[in-house]
Amino acid sequence: MPTVNDFLLILPEVVLLIWALLILLIDLWIPDTKKYYTAVLSAAGLVISAGCAFALLGRTGSAFSNMVVLDGFSSVLSILFLLSGLAAVALAYDYLKRNAAQRGEYYTLLLFSIAGMMLMASANDLIMVFLSLELLSIPLYILAGFFRPRLASEEAALKYFLLGAFSSAILLFGIAWIYGSTGHTDFPGIVASIDGGRANYLLLLIGAGLLLVGFGFKIGVFPFHMWVPDTYQGSPSSIGAFMTVATKAAGFAALLRVFLVLFPAEAPIMAGILWGLSAASMIFGNTVAIAQMNMKRLLAYSSIANAGYILMAFVPYGNPVIAQEAVSSALFYLLAYALTSFGAWAVMIALEPAESDGLLLQDFSGLGRKYPWLGAALLISMLSFIGVPLTMGFWGKFYLFKTAVDGSQIPLVLIGLLTSLVSAYYYLRIVMFAYFKPGEPQIQPGRWASVVAVICAAGIFVLSFIPTPVFQFAAQMIMGMK
Amino acid sequence: MFLSEIFSDPAFSLVPWVVFFPLAGIILNLIFSRRWEEKLTALTACLAAGGSFVISLLLMLALTHHPEGATITLLEWINTGSLQINWAFRVDTLSVTMMLVVSGVGTLIHIYAAGYMHYDVRINGDPSRYSRFFIFFNLFILAMMLLVSADNYLMLFVGWEGVGLCSYLLIGFWFEKGADGIANARAAKKAFLVNRIGDVGLLIALFLMFWNFGSLQFDTVFARAPEVAAATPAVLLAMTLFMLLGVAGKSAQLPLYVWLPDAMAGPTPVSALIHAATMVTAGVYLVARSHTLYSLVPAAQTTVVWLGALTALFAATIAVAQNDIKKVLAYSTISQLGFMVAAVGMGAFTAGLFHLTTHAFFKALLFLAAGSVILGMEDVRKLDETNLSDSFHHSHVDPQDMTLMGGLRRKMPVTFWVYLMGALALAGIAPLAGFFSKDEILAAASQNGLLVFLVLLAAAFLTAFYMGRQLWLVFFGKPRSENAENARENTALIVLPLILLAGLTVLGGLLNFPGSLALEGWLEHTLGKGINGEFNSMVAGISLIVSITGLVTAWFVYSRYSGEIKKLDPLEDMFGAVFIGARNKWYVDELYHAIIVRPLEGLSQQLAQPVDQGLIDGIAVGFGSLTKAIAQSWRSIENGFVRSYALALLLGIVLIFSYLVIR
Amino acid sequence: MLNDYLPIIILLVLATVLGFLVLIIGALFGPRRPTQRKAAPYESGMIPYGPGTRRISVRYYLVAVLFILFDIETVFFLPWAVVFRQLGWFALIEMLVFIGILLIGFVYVWKKGALEWE
Repeated sequence: MPTVNDFLLILPEVVLLIWALLILLIDLWIPDTKKYYTAVLSAAGLVISAGCAFALLGRTGSAFSNMVVLDGFSSVLSILFLLSGLAAVALAYDYLKRNAAQRGEYYTLLLFSIAGMMLMASANDLIMVFLSLELLSIPLYILAGFFRPRLASEEAALKYFLLGAFSSAILLFGIAWIYGSTGHTDFPGIVASIDGGRANYLLLLIGAGLLLVGFGFKIGVFPFHMWVPDTYQGSPSSIGAFMTVATKAAGFAALLRVFLVLFPAEAPIMAGILWGLSAASMIFGNTVAIAQMNMKRLLAYSSIANAGYILMAFVPYGNPVIAQEAVSSALFYLLAYALTSFGAWAVMIALEPAESDGLLLQDFSGLGRKYPWLGAALLISMLSFIGVPLTMGFWGKFYLFKTAVDGSQIPLVLIGLLTSLVSAYYYLRIVMFAYFKPGEPQIQPGRWASVVAVICAAGIFVLSFIPTPVFQFAAQMIMGMK
Repeated sequence: MFLSEIFSDPAFSLVPWVVFFPLAGIILNLIFSRRWEEKLTALTACLAAGGSFVISLLLMLALTHHPEGATITLLEWINTGSLQINWAFRVDTLSVTMMLVVSGVGTLIHIYAAGYMHYDVRINGDPSRYSRFFIFFNLFILAMMLLVSADNYLMLFVGWEGVGLCSYLLIGFWFEKGADGIANARAAKKAFLVNRIGDVGLLIALFLMFWNFGSLQFDTVFARAPEVAAATPAVLLAMTLFMLLGVAGKSAQLPLYVWLPDAMAGPTPVSALIHAATMVTAGVYLVARSHTLYSLVPAAQTTVVWLGALTALFAATIAVAQNDIKKVLAYSTISQLGFMVAAVGMGAFTAGLFHLTTHAFFKALLFLAAGSVILGMEDVRKLDETNLSDSFHHSHVDPQDMTLMGGLRRKMPVTFWVYLMGALALAGIAPLAGFFSKDEILAAASQNGLLVFLVLLAAAFLTAFYMGRQLWLVFFGKPRSENAENARENTALIVLPLILLAGLTVLGGLLNFPGSLALEGWLEHTLGKGINGEFNSMVAGISLIVSITGLVTAWFVYSRYSGEIKKLDPLEDMFGAVFIGARNKWYVDELYHAIIVRPLEGLSQQLAQPVDQGLIDGIAVGFGSLTKAIAQSWRSIENGFVRSYALALLLGIVLIFSYLVIR
Repeated sequence: MLNDYLPIIILLVLATVLGFLVLIIGALFGPRRPTQRKAAPYESGMIPYGPGTRRISVRYYLVAVLFILFDIETVFFLPWAVVFRQLGWFALIEMLVFIGILLIGFVYVWKKGALEWE
């Protein structure tokens, strides 16, 4: 029977869910003209939940009969999700007003989705993985279509929903195979069954493959990425930004934990699949991004490529030492990527006129001259995407590549380097428009989005001076994993 | 055992603030200066520099109790493989001496600039650049502090590049001005490129160092130096010589000195702070800091000595023939840096650093006073009266041309007196600071070798001569132009720092006064016992006589010149072609142009069309268009139909399963 | 371990065979006298009218979704009621929380006007 301690370990999630329900209720009596109350309330909830997560930082334990675990990995990711949520709230505020879509449900749904992500990062049972995946996905399906009745938004939501349902089914199917093989859905049980030699190897492999597909869909790697560009473009930009960072991170959280805990022995076989997914994502994402003139689609393809980069370090995960390094690098990169991606999206959201589906690159013309702070934020974000030194992006890639080299994945690293080179073309083209083309941004930039952009850019720059402490924090945090 | 013996002084942990103060100044000015008045902007910048100075003073006090110093690690920076580097600050007598000079002189120049730039931005017609100037200035203090307080060569290199960047930005501060509207930008570019040559040398030295020592941390490197020197002396020689290339670039020594005279294109406070008092001494600091390495390779030491001595003489000959008030001072700086470099090369580190300090005082003073003269010649009072920057136009008279000055002694009395102090100190006249420091170098040189001693003595003579010439042309005689006629003394904000610096110039000699030798004892904690020029009354007598002779000769030659406008320089009458050669800087710029720049440009012209545009561009563009074409064809995979998307998902599953089956 | 599933497979096979069997027996032995009324699509015994692809008001879906939602609530009550006594206070509180959450949903739906037809 659950004890108080069980609830204490998932306190951030509990707080967030209760808060979300309360906001849902309170928002009913807040008139449309005063929705900033809802925004502020939800931000407060995120901050309180983050405070709880901070307080739990460093504690480990499992709760609810091993359904969820709390460890450094889940704590750090929880904080990342909550901060991403905070950014998504800040980005949405001006943006929703501009688009006359000030509906309080945005914030409630966002909070629900974040709670799902947090549970996903600490799930210790395949059923829990599935449930939290649904808890994070369903609000996002709705949020993607939040600009109802705008056709593009509805289309994005429908596509996301159909394909998401498809992939959820596949994930569930994989869980079924694993249950069939081992007779367990909880991680310790599955591990015990595999270690005891009672598991059916073939069924297990098929299950693992299907799980990989399910997670691959969430993180958007080739060829499970197809929904990414259409959905990002059609959904509200603040949700696009949130999805590139938080959903991806949640998918990685589950992927890393499930594969590290359940399938270390299958690593030699899985490595081949991961290799292919990683290489294909890097090549495809970076190449097709070149042809994009719409900023949202460009960032979508960039996110596909970045998923490939993170996966790269994870290919040699069978070696315990490398696995440790891989998870630290992935966490570090997720942080760097979160800052960079939010920085880029925030600049775009600040400048995006009402009723548009993303800025064209030409629309950045003259930005550097007219709004130097936003221009600088865009520049820093783009340099960080490329991985130029003095940005977090550089260190992120550095640690990923280093891990891959340590795992003797030289060809993959070469692909990574070459595709980074290719990516410089489209990232720098944005900078070129912002600084070297005459023009004028169409609208007055939204204040909160600008603040987010500048904070992210400052973070990218400042943290790049202390990469080692940050990395070691990540490494120290995952020590207590499992 | 007392606690104070176990723990190092708590004041040491303040050292990062020498960097944080200027950083705070930069951030505040970046954010607010648009809304602030000029005064607030300048005040912020001055307080930032002054804060660093206060911290440096506290560190100095702490060091008097704990002379062994400390290393304060702020953050881990790079830790990968065998490369481990921290953001760590080293507090010892050498670094704190440099900090005091940089922040002390720096603060005074900041105050001066607050007044000077007020006029300068209006003369040049863009008052909005006032805050930009102070942001760059604080950035310079920041970078310079990083340079001198670094605990490892990489952090030093960060500061090294940082000051180079600030130098570039500030030389080209009026980048759209100058002859043809491009001369200032060219000067900045030249400084940057020439320094790059030196920096590449330094970088190679660092690579060699990491390769052979496995570390860039000072203590580790110095500890391992003897064994490396014993095993592979050639490596150490190469390392020190490549480092010397860096020194030659930054400290404007032969053959890389050519950028410094052009650097006078920057506003005068820049010339005073960066190109006279602080940045250019970074090379001297680097050699002093690496003294363990140099003392292991005598050949490198000899090279350093001769490089310095020849530069000192060579630059002095050019300075004699210049008419631009700042150019004279620029060549004088090169010459004096030669003295310092020669001193540290001989192992007389104290003498070198002593001269570095006193030179910072009096050369900053001279530059600032020259700036005061220039403002006087521009007749900036008109600005205050009309208060309209648009209405101010240059009086098409070059305000820096000494042949147009004269008689300013009466027009600008304070400026004259402080200038006189600085000039006499530079010339090496007895109780002033320059006398003692230069004398120590000469004393050390007299022990080192007769030839070096004579070269330096000749340079000292020329120094006294050109300073006498300058004094005579600028301040004595009758005004030779309308502007000189109308010149007036400047405001208190400009004059006050001059008086303070003049005080330092007079009293600076006390730092290492013969007998007490305070600086020497102070630096011994870091540098060990070096070869130090004992006060040698014969050498002192000789150098004093030489200096006075120089001044008197100048008086003989130039007293005839006064009052006659646009007459030939008297020296030209006497020496003819030799003088013309010196005036044209011995055609070194032209020589470099002919043997390096022109052939390079020619080569690039040749290569541009067929190789670059044809081959390389062809390959690059070819790859580019190929990738673009691939991108275009692949994007059609994304056709917008959910059914195809689901199909792709399914295909992915099929692929994964077939992989599982096949293997 | 797969032996555990044997009864299920037998059941599956039996069900399939039985289903086909009934159909085949009916087709073989049953009389066949079709009339127009008999050939018409079955619609709860009423006479069908209009085309089969008629458009239905979207409100039905909304009501249907809400119905399912609160229907599931009832479904949860059933197992809860069975073990209620063993679990004691904990179960009561859990159920109250559950109902509370659903109540919030109910208030939301009501306030948004989803329960009104027009």
